[in-house]
Amino acid sequence: MSEQTRSAAAELPRSAVAVPERTDENGLPRPNFLRDGGGTLWSWLTTLDHKRIGILYMIMVMLFFFVGGLFALLVRLELFAPGEQFFGPDTYNRLFTLHGAVMIFLFIIPSIPAILGNFVLPLQIGAKDVAFPRLNLASWYIYMIGAIFALYSLVTNAADTGWTFYTPYSSSGSDTAVISITLGAFILGFSSIFTGLNFIVTVHKMRAPGMTWFKLPLMVWALYATAIIQVLATPVLGITLLLLVLERAFGVGIFDPAMGGDPVLFQHFFWFYSHPAVYIMILPGMGIISELITTFSHRNIFGYKFIAFSSLAIALVSFLVWGHHMFTSGQSEFAVMLFSFLTFMVAIPSAIKVFNWTTTLYKGSISFSVPMLYALSFLFMFTIGGLTGLFLGALSVDVHVHDTYFVVAHFHYVMVGGTVMAFIGGLHYWWPKMFGRMYNRTSAVAAWALVFVGFNMTFFAQFILGTQGMPRRYWTYPEQFQSLHGFSSSGSLVMGLGFLIMGVTLLAGALRGRVVGSNPWGSLTLEWTHATSPPEPHNYPNTPVVENGPYDFDKLVPRVDAPGEPGPEPEPAPAK
Amino acid sequence: MADAEAAEHPKYLQHHFSDAAQQRESSKLGMWIFLVTEVLFFGGLFTGYAIYHSWYPEIFHAASRVLDWRLGMVNTFILITSSLTFALAIRMLQVDRVKAAVWNLAATFALAGGFMVIKYIEYSHKFHVGQLPGKFYSYGGIDVANPHVFFSFYFMMTGLHGLHVLVGMGVILWLLIRTARGRFGASYHNPVEVAGLYWHLVDLVWIFLFPLLYLIA
Repeated sequence: MSEQTRSAAAELPRSAVAVPERTDENGLPRPNFLRDGGGTLWSWLTTLDHKRIGILYMIMVMLFFFVGGLFALLVRLELFAPGEQFFGPDTYNRLFTLHGAVMIFLFIIPSIPAILGNFVLPLQIGAKDVAFPRLNLASWYIYMIGAIFALYSLVTNAADTGWTFYTPYSSSGSDTAVISITLGAFILGFSSIFTGLNFIVTVHKMRAPGMTWFKLPLMVWALYATAIIQVLATPVLGITLLLLVLERAFGVGIFDPAMGGDPVLFQHFFWFYSHPAVYIMILPGMGIISELITTFSHRNIFGYKFIAFSSLAIALVSFLVWGHHMFTSGQSEFAVMLFSFLTFMVAIPSAIKVFNWTTTLYKGSISFSVPMLYALSFLFMFTIGGLTGLFLGALSVDVHVHDTYFVVAHFHYVMVGGTVMAFIGGLHYWWPKMFGRMYNRTSAVAAWALVFVGFNMTFFAQFILGTQGMPRRYWTYPEQFQSLHGFSSSGSLVMGLGFLIMGVTLLAGALRGRVVGSNPWGSLTLEWTHATSPPEPHNYPNTPVVENGPYDFDKLVPRVDAPGEPGPEPEPAPAK
Repeated sequence: MADAEAAEHPKYLQHHFSDAAQQRESSKLGMWIFLVTEVLFFGGLFTGYAIYHSWYPEIFHAASRVLDWRLGMVNTFILITSSLTFALAIRMLQVDRVKAAVWNLAATFALAGGFMVIKYIEYSHKFHVGQLPGKFYSYGGIDVANPHVFFSFYFMMTGLHGLHVLVGMGVILWLLIRTARGRFGASYHNPVEVAGLYWHLVDLVWIFLFPLLYLIA
């Protein structure tokens, strides 16, 4: 299969798209941002280059992915069998709290926007950098400070409140280091706000000549919609966590019923951010999938505008559904009905995307490259995650499965099966752009297969456990759940092994992989057609002038399955 | 040729922008978006205020009476005047009267300092008599249950606002020094302009805080 794919890609007439060579007209190698931006650690820590900042983020975020993954494995090990295996209930509470908090605030929220978004957004719109490079670097440092606060809680007296920090337990019940982890999340919020702010201004003001809104790659649309949510929702989390800190440190009484306060108000405030936040997590993933599906189907995306606007629709509706986390917390009947209805509304733009991706595949000439394997598994698992979300949005069902493993499985199908698959697919896709080298395909496929199988083993079992009544966040369980729990835990080990192989494969690829050309996939977006791999420090020697859409395969590249048919006349390389 | 390039790429123009207009528009849009996040940040507190006020109107009415509305009013005038002087500073830069701009910025800084002095007087009085938030509340002069709820909001809202005034003062001082050194003029004064937007928002938040805290009794 791999041979076939490679030869299919080789048949793509490269002349149709102007790919810059690695050497300039004098035969000298072009500068690249990895080598020519300075080689010292100091040059990296003070860099204003969005590509380097993306890589700085990648180092830290992947580190926390590893840490959060370790916590997850420890949780699953404890749950291998009922009763105490390795940890008692107190340690278990801390483990799942840290798993959640690290994965949400330190890994998944910054993952796609801060790593891949930072790297590709300016490239894709033909800009030299983001609008505010200094702010961009500052947001990385803010991320680091937030991480230190979160880690302080971890090493001193790890919090046990769950990542949602529900009051009154977080404000007066728990005697763990809640303040530092809450402040950590508060500070991380600012990092996220500044990234979002930077992206909005960049998309509005920094586009290359000819790059109209409807010529933007869909990744850019997705990052733009994400940035809107980051900017509008995160400040509310900020003030909420600040109130929690004040409540805990100074007893202001806002969430304390004994002092006239209301703990449920915390839930409202918290979910007003944290529901939109799940779209901060999934929307950029959807952007990546749009890129992958169209590139590896070698076909123009079906329904470009529908995909673009559905991102904005999701961003908008996401602000109106927070109450569906609180169906059992005590809301008026009218409110729960409204929230349930609005929750179903979100399914529409999400489904539009899935249908459009599937239609893009139809009659495409699909190559099963590694990023595409992740994209296809996204389609499969995100659909499961999305459809089970409808179960949870339905009032009568939710009352029964609320706070069970059904919710856990749903959430992980969307976040891991969706976002993480897209993120890793995106990493595999842009890796040769970042480093100019290709990873080993065989071990990358092996890693994908292990992750895919392991993930479904881990979490499909949890859907069944949830419907049978297994509540979340319990450190032990009755004998009857043992086989499913054991199955789930075994799956988590398979998945962990897969991620480990993936990490090693990518790292080895970056350091020693085969050197590849500027456009190994035959993509049509600017970062592939106009920039070298790795790109130059200022991205483009000349500002690109955009004439074609991002996915004009039909126009620019003759069909691979009809090699005899002459394609249209190639466009001359646009340059200023 | 080199001269033409220098004219197109003046010193203040950062390398990744293609011209000064793009840079100016970007920084303004960036500040407006930042102000949106500020509105939402304060919005959480205003929402909390609205909810608790509707639950306990009697606490808010009774406790609001102990605030000195005259001090609040003086501070309102001070901040509105400071917004005016800031706007004048920008106008003076636009017409290249740098010295006048420096004086206006200095006036803005002084007015902001005056606001904080009055705030300090108010705060120290409250600390003295125990009109404090939450569990620290020890004042005996308000005859309703849970009067500390009001003071929790009073201190959180004015405290957060005061923090913004302090940050603003730091920014104004920085701009003052740079303007005095001749860094800004008619052709380039983006930082002054976007800091002005920020300062007007700080002013605006206080215009909402003043009636909500001092005048509801």
